[in-house]
Amino acid sequence: MAIRTHLAAAAALAVLAGGAQADMKIGMITTLSGGGASLGIDTRDGFMLAVEQAGRDDVEVVIDDDQRKPDVAVQIADRMIQSEKVDVLTGIVWSNLAMAVVPSANAQGLVYVSTNAAPAQLAGAGCSPDYFSVSYQNDNLHEAAGAYAAGAGFDNMFIMAPNYPAGQDSLNGFKRFYDGGLAGEVYTELGQTDYAAEIAQIRASGADGVFFFLPGGMGISFLKQYADSGVDLPVVGPAFSFDQAILQAVGDAALEVKNTSTWSKDLDNAANAAFVAAFEEAYGRLPSIYAAQGYDTANLLLSATQKADVSDKAAFRAALAEADFDSVRGKFSFASNNHPVQDIYVREVIKEGDIYTNKIVSTAMTDRDNAYMQECRM
Amino acid sequence: MSPILIAEQVLNGLQSGVMLFLMAAGLTLIFGVMGLINLAHGSLYMVGAFAAAAVAAATGSFLLALAAAMAAAAGAGALVELVVIRRLYDRDHLDQVLATFALILIFSEGTRWLFGSFPLYLDIPDWLSGPVTLPGGIQYPLYRLALIGIGLSVAAGLWLLIAHTRIGIRIRAGENDREMIAALGVDISRLYTMIFALGAALAGLAGALVGSIQSVQVGMGEPVLILAFVVIVIGGIGSIRGALIGALLVGLTDTLGGVFLPELFKLIADPASATATGSALASMSIYILMAAVLVWRPTGLFGAAT
Amino acid sequence: MSRETLFNAAILALLVAVPGWALAAGEPFTITLATRAVIFALAAVGLNIALGLGGLVSLGHAVYFGIGGYAMGILAWHAQSHTPLIDGWLTLPGTKSMPVIWLVAIAASALAALLIGLLSLRTSGVYFIMITLAFGQMVYFFAISWPAYGGEDGLPIYVRNGFPGLNTLVPIQFYGICLALLCAVLALNAALARSPFGLALNAARQSPQRVECVGLDPVRLKLVALVISGAITGLAGALFADLNRFVSPVMFSWQMSGEIMVFIIIGGVGRLFGPVAGAGLYVLLEHLLGGVSEYWQIFLGGLLLIVVLFARGGLAGLIAGRRVAHD
Repeated sequence: MAIRTHLAAAAALAVLAGGAQADMKIGMITTLSGGGASLGIDTRDGFMLAVEQAGRDDVEVVIDDDQRKPDVAVQIADRMIQSEKVDVLTGIVWSNLAMAVVPSANAQGLVYVSTNAAPAQLAGAGCSPDYFSVSYQNDNLHEAAGAYAAGAGFDNMFIMAPNYPAGQDSLNGFKRFYDGGLAGEVYTELGQTDYAAEIAQIRASGADGVFFFLPGGMGISFLKQYADSGVDLPVVGPAFSFDQAILQAVGDAALEVKNTSTWSKDLDNAANAAFVAAFEEAYGRLPSIYAAQGYDTANLLLSATQKADVSDKAAFRAALAEADFDSVRGKFSFASNNHPVQDIYVREVIKEGDIYTNKIVSTAMTDRDNAYMQECRM
Repeated sequence: MSPILIAEQVLNGLQSGVMLFLMAAGLTLIFGVMGLINLAHGSLYMVGAFAAAAVAAATGSFLLALAAAMAAAAGAGALVELVVIRRLYDRDHLDQVLATFALILIFSEGTRWLFGSFPLYLDIPDWLSGPVTLPGGIQYPLYRLALIGIGLSVAAGLWLLIAHTRIGIRIRAGENDREMIAALGVDISRLYTMIFALGAALAGLAGALVGSIQSVQVGMGEPVLILAFVVIVIGGIGSIRGALIGALLVGLTDTLGGVFLPELFKLIADPASATATGSALASMSIYILMAAVLVWRPTGLFGAAT
Repeated sequence: MSRETLFNAAILALLVAVPGWALAAGEPFTITLATRAVIFALAAVGLNIALGLGGLVSLGHAVYFGIGGYAMGILAWHAQSHTPLIDGWLTLPGTKSMPVIWLVAIAASALAALLIGLLSLRTSGVYFIMITLAFGQMVYFFAISWPAYGGEDGLPIYVRNGFPGLNTLVPIQFYGICLALLCAVLALNAALARSPFGLALNAARQSPQRVECVGLDPVRLKLVALVISGAITGLAGALFADLNRFVSPVMFSWQMSGEIMVFIIIGGVGRLFGPVAGAGLYVLLEHLLGGVSEYWQIFLGGLLLIVVLFARGGLAGLIAGRRVAHD
């Protein structure tokens, strides 16, 4: 357990007895090894940055690696609940892991605050007063891409996503706000690395634009191959494929691509400027959206402890719902199902010196909540 | 669906098949001569891609990167052969599966430890980028054409090596009777190390070539490895010719299945569920192909009867 | 032989003692960890019947593990959402009763093993390894893209299923259920190995021709072994899903097949308690090494390599001495 104690010690978070406020113990379950580790590492680093900045010695964070395996995540959650007696869980990156952990953690009376994953089930029929998403509802960025495409005058889009629930939600979310025609609708294989066949279909489809949702390595592969194919239709996608880490691997192929995001490093507010500068100084790299969401989550939790004792659950939940913290996304509040109400932006990929990054070009949606509030009864 | 699109998709299938062949050739050679199942072959593919990305970033030369990929993979292959693999030749397949499974863990996490969790940048050189127009008006990326060319040349080179050189004679002799060629004074362990390094170099080359248009990241080797296994099982384990035919079959089935099955389902169902069902079936298609081949010919298309 | 008996007894005693120690030491999570080990052991005992007795190197046992898991997931999901499982000429409801779920899991995975066995036993050796791997991948891709039961997101079950007379939500009671099942299956395994069927299977593994000469069909013997093996691994899958209160296609992944095999190798192939020792050691290592380093899988890989290269016979071989019985 060296790493756990080590992390806690490094962050100078040793519990001190006799503080004015009750101690809060946060359990963070995230992906730190194997494929997809970069997302979890950013989440953790953003979160811990906020905790360190707060300098609160009554808050303790235990962190463990879920290896991106649902059963491991469940096991860690059980350990954190049973043995370490955490008050709050957070940190899961992937929707399928969240589905494994969140409902049963809520059923055991724990508050879960999501730094990223926010599947439709947990926003709709499966919502809970103990579950908060600080990131978005999974469909949001796709909806914003649809709204952007409709507003920008596209009327014959080619849309594609991997064939799994998040992919199907993505295309449905896009179509919710996009009212033009479809030149093609394609589901690729999850984990697919070669998109030659799809690019040929795009070329032949007569589309006027392409929307794609291909997270992680899939997006890198697609963008590189698309850039080399000679097809030069405009491309739109959610921020997942235009993350700081991914952009450096894609290179020139991503330039000028539009993507939708709830956050960008050039978002103009004081909290964000401070966050970006502090993150760069602490870790020597630019923050990603996962880091920003981790940072916001930590600040939300810290803000709630100022107002209520974590052991008084009803009061603590109410304090969380007030969202009284300086979000790096500017204005931020919770909708009736504990998912964010926030603006969603359109960014464009640019090159700053040797670094590929994003800049905001417009706002796709203002005060967007989500499509599942009616289904949520709590 | 226009004939041009179909022709383009066939080219795509061919290209992915030819790259699979580079992976499968090494696997099947190693199995044919040494009787070894190497699950860690995908790791050598990853080593090639990472070495290429590192060298390309340092020197900016694509050709140097390719050379580095082959050298690094061959080096890693030879090292692994000397330290681990040669103890496995006379073991049963179970031990080989387990030991090479262990090697995957070591390679993957070791690479992540060295290079970090973030994907690396590796791109195709300017002189190979962009599309060209083929007869019939097909726009096709030059780089993918080059991949087809390289793959077919490697196949031809391997055939020459095995059919017409002294080393080839030893390799074929090794496939037939290990004890005998050892008794005839051939340094069998050196031959094995060499074959293993050759197979590794091919995997490394494939990793670098494919990595240039995909994402260079830890774990990139495993999906390709499983496909390569499917290829050599269809072709018949140990047969280079089988690996080539199997690779092309798998490449074409995978590409064309993904394109045409959803279209086919649209004839009988509404578009949204047709795309989902068709895509689901397409992702299973190569495994169905493999099961069908094995039921028909239990040792693959060109495999020797056991 | 007596050393092995001692080894087995020690493991069994350890498994019985764990919850007592956990409660005394105030480490209740250890019980959950031990439950995980016991369930993995059960899956591995299943594979060991095919692998150790029948010599069938199946790299696709995750199929049965996953089918067991989904049997639980689907039945419990229908029960918790109050929707009928089948709604046609007869209406079947879902269920939250463990014994019923177990029976369904066993039947479904046995059926899958029968179908896969009929096709894959036409091959042998390395082809068999590869074709079982391919069937595993096939089912995995199907499970990911099949939308009805959650696809890649999987199915969460909010409350653990019930067992008459027990409160399964109490970790120690659920552990008791799993341990009792493991013991029952170990007893079955021991009886099987000594039965005429077990002897014939062992003979078929070593020399199929001779078995054929005495009028037995080696392929049929292996098929029966594979079906029993798949059924047990399926039962383990149902328990695993209940432990996590969740099922997902990860249970079908080829890494899962690999891990089940790793348990056996670390423990000792063909040994009655080999898989139990292996699964226990694996869970312990995962827990301890996972705390030491993010890169703990390097150490796991190294250890595995050492076991395969230098400590053949695994933990059982190391402690209980080399096997004398057969092989």
